[in-house]
Amino acid sequence: MEATDNMHAQDHGHHHHKESFISKYVFSMDHKMISKQFLITAIVMGIVAVMLSIFFRLQLGWPGEKFQILNAFLGDKWAPDGILDRNAYLAMVTIHGTIMVFFVLTGGLSGTFANLLIPLQIGARDMASGFLNMLSYWFFAVSSVIMLASLFVEGGAASGGWTIYPPLSALPQAMPGSGMGMTLWLISMVLFVASSLLGGLNYVVTIINLRTKGMKMTRLPLTVWALLVTAILGILSFPVLVSAVVLLLMDRSMGTAFYLSDIYIQGEALDVTGGSPLLYQHLFWFLGHPEVYIVLLPALGISSEVISTNSRKPIFGYKAMIGSILAIGFLSFIVWGHHMYITGMNPFLGSVFVFTTLLIAIPSAVKAFNYITTLWQGNVRFTPAMLFSVGLVSTFVTGGLTGIILADSALDVNVHDTYFVVAHFHIVMGMSAIFGMLAGVYHWFPKMYGRMLNTKLGYAHFWLTLVCGFGVFFPMHFVGMAGAPRRYYSFSEFEFLDWVMDLNPYISIFAIVGGAAQILFLVNFFHSIFYGQKASQNPWQSNTLEWTTPVQHVHGNWPGALPEVHRWAYDYSNPEHEEDFVPQVVPMKPGEHAH
Amino acid sequence: MKLLILLVIVLAIIAIAQLTKVYELSRSLRKNKEEEISAADNKLNANLMLVWMFLFFVGTVFLYVRYGDYLPVSASAHGVDVDQLMKVNIWLITIVFFIVNFFLFFFAWKYQYKKGRKARFFAHDNRLEMLWTLVPGVVLAFIIVYGLITWNKITGPASADALQIELYSRQFDWTARYPGENKTFGAANYNLISTSNPLGLVTPDGIRAKMDELDAQIENVEHQLEENKMMPLLPESYVATLEDKVSRLKRHKQRISDLDENSVNGLSTWEAGNDDRLVKGEMHIPVNKEVELIFRSQDVIHSAYLPHFRSQMNCVPGVATRLKMTPTVTTEEMRKITGNDSFNYILLCNKVCGAAHFNMQMKVVVESEADYNAWVAKQKMFKAPEVKEAADTTLANEPKKDTVATAMGN
Repeated sequence: MEATDNMHAQDHGHHHHKESFISKYVFSMDHKMISKQFLITAIVMGIVAVMLSIFFRLQLGWPGEKFQILNAFLGDKWAPDGILDRNAYLAMVTIHGTIMVFFVLTGGLSGTFANLLIPLQIGARDMASGFLNMLSYWFFAVSSVIMLASLFVEGGAASGGWTIYPPLSALPQAMPGSGMGMTLWLISMVLFVASSLLGGLNYVVTIINLRTKGMKMTRLPLTVWALLVTAILGILSFPVLVSAVVLLLMDRSMGTAFYLSDIYIQGEALDVTGGSPLLYQHLFWFLGHPEVYIVLLPALGISSEVISTNSRKPIFGYKAMIGSILAIGFLSFIVWGHHMYITGMNPFLGSVFVFTTLLIAIPSAVKAFNYITTLWQGNVRFTPAMLFSVGLVSTFVTGGLTGIILADSALDVNVHDTYFVVAHFHIVMGMSAIFGMLAGVYHWFPKMYGRMLNTKLGYAHFWLTLVCGFGVFFPMHFVGMAGAPRRYYSFSEFEFLDWVMDLNPYISIFAIVGGAAQILFLVNFFHSIFYGQKASQNPWQSNTLEWTTPVQHVHGNWPGALPEVHRWAYDYSNPEHEEDFVPQVVPMKPGEHAH
Repeated sequence: MKLLILLVIVLAIIAIAQLTKVYELSRSLRKNKEEEISAADNKLNANLMLVWMFLFFVGTVFLYVRYGDYLPVSASAHGVDVDQLMKVNIWLITIVFFIVNFFLFFFAWKYQYKKGRKARFFAHDNRLEMLWTLVPGVVLAFIIVYGLITWNKITGPASADALQIELYSRQFDWTARYPGENKTFGAANYNLISTSNPLGLVTPDGIRAKMDELDAQIENVEHQLEENKMMPLLPESYVATLEDKVSRLKRHKQRISDLDENSVNGLSTWEAGNDDRLVKGEMHIPVNKEVELIFRSQDVIHSAYLPHFRSQMNCVPGVATRLKMTPTVTTEEMRKITGNDSFNYILLCNKVCGAAHFNMQMKVVVESEADYNAWVAKQKMFKAPEVKEAADTTLANEPKKDTVATAMGN
């Protein structure tokens, strides 16, 4: 084993492959480059999604007001006189959700950090299959392009909400967005799932098979554990989404009736009977709920790593953290019905889902308390990454708690599909995962680009994002409890909501400022890629293996032999050592106790 | 020209390179490295943690005080239980919210970096882990049990003497149907929907008319096929389409002729439906009487959301869904409670259903049983021959706001 490794290393040391531009930057099979490709694609998609959200927040904050900027961006068809069209509004809401959930927080988050961190943190030269990895990115890229293209077709993009429930999404005559835009949405999603599966299989195989010598499962950093469980969730749940999507495609274009029954629309009784719209919802949420954790777990993994490193303390309860990741992963498969309490599902079945859903709160609580105990008596350095990780714990707890209300079927009835839900998932999933992703970018930017991000800009970015994020989503709880449904173009038709709607302009202002604050990040990011301060070998004095690789990337990651691992990843401030960190490659001292 | 563009590009690249060099040089003169967080920066961020915590908590309290009474007192019997459950849950999660966020931001501030101090090596403690597994476990057990007791109370079949009302949804309006004196709804079928029969109630005339219509269509298509046999001018794929169409139409006809033999409670379907009353845009219900709402949808999924009654149920095409509730506060009483003379209960659509989704609403009136009976008696009965007239009068009943949505629906 060691001999082949050495040969491999020499191979890399001696003839530096002359790589063409295309094989290095475009069709790259190097996990580090693929990770950057995922990140930049996700950033581009994220910019689009944030802009869409600002467009519809303008309408919600000041309904009927004319905004020339809307007209400038969307043209006379979608924003005549600067007032957002009603169909365009639904399309923006739908595509904002789709891009954020799938392209930024699934493809972007997992794609970036699984690719970057798995080989580097387990001590592998690359992913198990570089080729599949490359395919995974290119499927992702193509599906991104198709999703963006769907914004420009006749009739507009898909408009039935990101969950695209049939029959609305199945019938082109039901709304303009259920035409070509929906077809493209479905095609894009099939490609996206292909990307996700290729990536996921690769991540699992790599973690199981390619760990370096001494890297036992119980020595893996929590990032890798989180990414492993995420990949497994994806492999098990995404195929179900494909089946849901393919059946919907068939209902749309081949005259089948999986989801359709007894429909009379636009003066015509359709020749379809026997299907069930609820079947789609079961299939969709069988993916949809694990998807929440596919989005969240990598962020939690990243924050575990960042909080431990910057508190200069071992993560508290390493094994309990792994256990709770596994428990959350398992439970996430048996809770999907909590999205369907009011579909007419048997109330007893609802009770079962109440029980399983509320169980998830236990491992989640364990994680939250462990983070806080990690801070306790630490020596906390506030890097931008650390700030975002602390912010993540706050959003995770704050948003998670309102989940207890939504999980309780008797309470869900009255807040289902209201702004309460919007507030809940944007805080617990949206903000937490974005914070985790940004923490990851700030923390591993030196590893990705060999340069540092500007710290001061990072601070400004964090504080603005935190204040604006809560400023947008926290008041929405109250809007929702007052009975305001989500996906409403305007609330001016309902007198009983008038008193709570005075919150809407403030929410929109926070959204606009928060969106603008991301420009700080973009400037910092793209400027630092080229002109940032040169990074040192181990800027955060971290224990994990990625910081033992050269700052300038080499193919195969380590120029010499693969490093050997002697300890867990969290020997920070170990009293048996002088330094406050002990990298995993440092052999145990004679008589030293493993953690 | 091309040369010029090239020149500009080259110059631009050189300029950027030069600027970068200047930037790099100027930076190397500064001593601090980005990864070394200065003591001042660290202190600033630690203090901001406390400032933020303060703002966050004050903001939360403000929102609770200003918007905490989110809805007026429940207008239904089960809603009282739901509100109580909600109150208990909100209290619990609010307390946890404050405690956990406090410790998070407080510890972040308290344990900020001090040079020369070493963090405490505290990797695990099974007693602590046990504590925060068991305590949430016990609290959640309470929440689950309390929640499910309430859930079981508010769901389940309605009692036999509950008043049944059907709510029929379509893009973008609601129609209420009352079963009439025989207390039985007439059967409905989506194939029989027409402008004069918006719910598709089954009537002999309706079936006959539909059969005639289908016969005419079948004849028409078969005629085309016949002609084509003699003089094959149509492309083959089109012929296949036509053949397919014939078989579809015949299947359709079969389904409709099956309707003829249905009967409900010993009444033939149309007899049961004749005295049904269809009302658009407004639903009346008697106070203190159990109501079972039966939901149907014509086209896509809608959701009937009654926030003042703490009730909601999806309307799914092809499946009838049900909900029971007992209104306890009349509209008049609620006007007094809210101090708003124009207050009305409202039914909203809460599942995105298209462009006018945001305005798919219906007024709900709760009144004494006597008023209710008087109101129902005034509503026109469904009788196929006279239905056109009936539809006209019900249209006039609609609130003005709905006219846009109705126009969209057609």
